[in-house]
Amino acid sequence: MKKLWELFYAFAIVGVTTFGGGYAMLPALQREVVEKRKWATEEELMDWYAIGQCTPGVIAVNTATFAGEKQAGTAGGIAATLGVVFPSLVIITIIAAFIQGFADIPAVQHAFAGIRACVCVLILNAVVKLWKKSVIDYKCFAVFAVVFVGSVFLHLSPVVYVIAAGLAGFLLKRLEVKA
Amino acid sequence: MILLRLFWEFFKTGLFSVGGGLATLPFIYSMADKTGWFTHQQIADMIAVAESTPGPIGINMATYVGFTTAGVAGSLIATLGIITPDIVVILIIARFLQKFRDSRAVQDVFYGLRPASTALIAAAGWGVVKISLLDLSAGVLAAVFQWKAIILAVVIWLLTNVVKQTKKLHPLVFIAISAVAGIVFSF
Repeated sequence: MKKLWELFYAFAIVGVTTFGGGYAMLPALQREVVEKRKWATEEELMDWYAIGQCTPGVIAVNTATFAGEKQAGTAGGIAATLGVVFPSLVIITIIAAFIQGFADIPAVQHAFAGIRACVCVLILNAVVKLWKKSVIDYKCFAVFAVVFVGSVFLHLSPVVYVIAAGLAGFLLKRLEVKA
Repeated sequence: MILLRLFWEFFKTGLFSVGGGLATLPFIYSMADKTGWFTHQQIADMIAVAESTPGPIGINMATYVGFTTAGVAGSLIATLGIITPDIVVILIIARFLQKFRDSRAVQDVFYGLRPASTALIAAAGWGVVKISLLDLSAGVLAAVFQWKAIILAVVIWLLTNVVKQTKKLHPLVFIAISAVAGIVFSF
């Protein structure tokens, strides 16, 4: 039980000290999991991270589940995951409640109109970064183009694209081997 | 009943979003279209809050959407929904880690998944552009472009990509600058 609490606590610290998720989380994980508590080596952390990036779900949660599982089995994985999401739950709920009360003030509306312009750029930057890693040849570009055009003009669930693209990747690679 | 639906929607999001962070975005857009729980404009505001508060973006988005939809119980249920498939998938993978990583089939599937995930996020980005930089409801072509917002976006792009001194700053800084600009120039 003490171990589970420790996992919860350590990952709550990781959650509260990370802004932005994804790669931003790495320094906090290195500090809490590798250096302070010696729960994993640097290499293990990188492996978990890499797998977290290519498995479904939130990367931070995936990494927390891995680390917790290694320390204390299934219960450990759950404890670590609950830890990493706990700060978000509290902070976002408070902010969301607060903003709902202030949403009608003109200054707040102007501020958010400005912020939305900024969000466009943040998303663009994220897409450019992902593009470099994911669109590595013309077949990947074809997948990108089809999914992009499809999701702008058709209102299908993203699930459809994810399944189709996974299948396409599998088949494209098979054809490559034969050719 | 809405809580059950909320759990299911975020369960799907957790199960099918690959690549972390903004990968949840296309699912949240599709959720807005399907359920009418919240608007596209609200999603853009949620992204800003999720990016500028501590915690993983995907979790922040789930909590925020959950709260907007069904209050505190909603934030709990949405977050539980998104982490449940993650936990299950990773617990299974952790059991045979090496095999998973070396599997050709898994690598091939991800070869196709990664560009698709990028495209889905790009399409979601287009959704934000439509409500922040453009006003498609405007009758005249000249009124379609929201010039103040477009200029601000160009400035932020320069600050995050070109200017050496500001490139590495936290997104929070740019969000704060944009908020101030929005108030000063009354967007």
